[in-house]
Amino acid sequence: MNALAARRRHPAAIAILLMLGLLVTGFAYAAVAPQPAKAETSSAEDVAAGKQLFQANCASCHGVNAEGRATGNGDKIAGPALAGVGAAAVDFQMGTGRMPMRAPAVQAPRGETQFTQEEIDKVGAYIASLAPGPAVPSEEDVDPTKGDPAKGGELFRVNCAMCHNFAGSGGALTRGKYAPSLEGVSGKHIYEAMETGPQSMPVFNDGNIAPEDKRDIIAFLKTIEDAPQQGGHALGSLGPVTEGWFAWFFGLGILVAAAVWLGQKSA
Amino acid sequence: MNEQDSTPTGGEVTRTGEFGSGAVRLDQGHIVGDGGIPERFQNPGFPPHAVRGADLDEAAAKRAERIVGGLFVMSILGTLGFIVAYFAIDSEATIFIPGTGSTNAVHAVLGICMALSLLGIGLGAVQWAKTLMNDHEAVEERHPQRSADADRAKFVEIMSDGDRESQLSRRPLIKYALGGALGLFAVPVVLPLIGGLGPLPGDDLSVSFWNGEQEEDGSYPNEPLRLMRDPQNTPIKASEVTIGSVFHVMPEGLLDLEEHILEAKAKAAVIVMRLDPDDIKSQKEKDWGHQGIVAYSKICTHVGCPVGLYEQQTHHLLCPCHQSTFDVTQDCKVIFGPAKRPLPQLPITVDDEGYLISKGPFREATGPSFWERGSA
Repeated sequence: MNALAARRRHPAAIAILLMLGLLVTGFAYAAVAPQPAKAETSSAEDVAAGKQLFQANCASCHGVNAEGRATGNGDKIAGPALAGVGAAAVDFQMGTGRMPMRAPAVQAPRGETQFTQEEIDKVGAYIASLAPGPAVPSEEDVDPTKGDPAKGGELFRVNCAMCHNFAGSGGALTRGKYAPSLEGVSGKHIYEAMETGPQSMPVFNDGNIAPEDKRDIIAFLKTIEDAPQQGGHALGSLGPVTEGWFAWFFGLGILVAAAVWLGQKSA
Repeated sequence: MNEQDSTPTGGEVTRTGEFGSGAVRLDQGHIVGDGGIPERFQNPGFPPHAVRGADLDEAAAKRAERIVGGLFVMSILGTLGFIVAYFAIDSEATIFIPGTGSTNAVHAVLGICMALSLLGIGLGAVQWAKTLMNDHEAVEERHPQRSADADRAKFVEIMSDGDRESQLSRRPLIKYALGGALGLFAVPVVLPLIGGLGPLPGDDLSVSFWNGEQEEDGSYPNEPLRLMRDPQNTPIKASEVTIGSVFHVMPEGLLDLEEHILEAKAKAAVIVMRLDPDDIKSQKEKDWGHQGIVAYSKICTHVGCPVGLYEQQTHHLLCPCHQSTFDVTQDCKVIFGPAKRPLPQLPITVDDEGYLISKGPFREATGPSFWERGSA
């Protein structure tokens, strides 16, 4: 300590202190700074391969460099620009078979996946290399066993149920668009949909619904999917439409048949 | 004078063969009838009595007896099954039913057994009555509603006797006082019904939690309140609301209310969206928002459903109840559906820490119309 005290007036002391201060500040900032979108570790080969796949399968609508393209028909967009949508959007759109879109329509329907997960990851790496965007969530981020289904249910009912129905059965939107059913959708794709807001769906970024809350929502959806039907056939959990139809068609039908039988004379 | 005037009516029916032979079908167009209408339609009487198999053939009767007995036995088995299932099946157990999927076992079995036991009784009784019970057809005329003249005279006599003995007609003071007393007595019966409808709403429908708590002099503080996430109840940083995001919002402090939280929430619920400011066509909407972040009442102006369906590409807000559609780029103007008025906008800004706060309460009542709306 004495040795240090003796050297405190050394001409280099101020420089060393400055260096130390800068280092501490730098490390501290790195520790607490908000992380920008997680960059996936992807090799240059992946990006190059992804670019090739993109140009072969997606460029006709999204443009050769994913800059987006107009149809030339008024202001209609054939495909939006993709810089900044992130690997999560690619994984969701291609992983659920929505992209490549089969035909122009108000909404891309869910379909058969046309690429392997590896190919999708490569296209994702290419898109993520254009501009930072949300990355594909990790296994742990979407593990329903780690979430709290009760809390997820509360979040679901406020944020999701108005479009996707109280049981996640989906519902209608305006002019032919619809919120799809969430039954059988993997946790990863649910997470990505919330993060990227595909098509008509709004974005629920991590500032709105934190990653743990997203996992709670996934846990809730898996819980209601696996739960046995307590009261028999749920009729699609669609509410009054199917239930009313069932009551009118079968309930009234049985009553009419019974009335006819009661009024008939026995042979 | 035309040809139809010569058509015989009333008693002078000229029968042209059997009645009904001149009937025409609707698809034959207009045909002038031959007037073969009887003065009075005849009672067709009973259709010929159909003799049942069980009445003629003892074997058929035996068969019917066995069917009825079998149905009652089915009911007995159903009831016994119900009792056994009630105790034997674990309430958590599930079974797979084709078409339904995994179902709670005890509910399914109890339902089926109950159906068998009720249907067995009902079907058995009807089958019994139809095949074996006496099928003699009989007519029971409804007895006349008018009382016999003697009874009517007796009634009048009793009433006049009563009137005379009580001196009601002779002493009008009693008559009118009694009438007044009995008539007025209806008021205490009806009064609690009307009084029980509760206190008058006052300005309750015109203000919301965003106005703050009412002061002694009836005014409201209208202080800025933070916008809190529903249901997390955490404040929202403006930087977290990215374009395309939608936040479901309740006012700060709402959950601290001691009672009527849901009523307060139903008036104060807000939906926050961020649009590209260039997309917003209304200057007022821009001024009341913050860099494209706008807050609107989430309660539909039609009948008060939560307008929660936001399409981020078209910027349409859709009400799930009756499909009223509001265009967020045009100050939530109604562009489709039964709603009559745009959604009220909540003026917002940010505080020193970057959190979204209200710049004041709603400037109009939220939710559906009511008589005094706008006057308060």
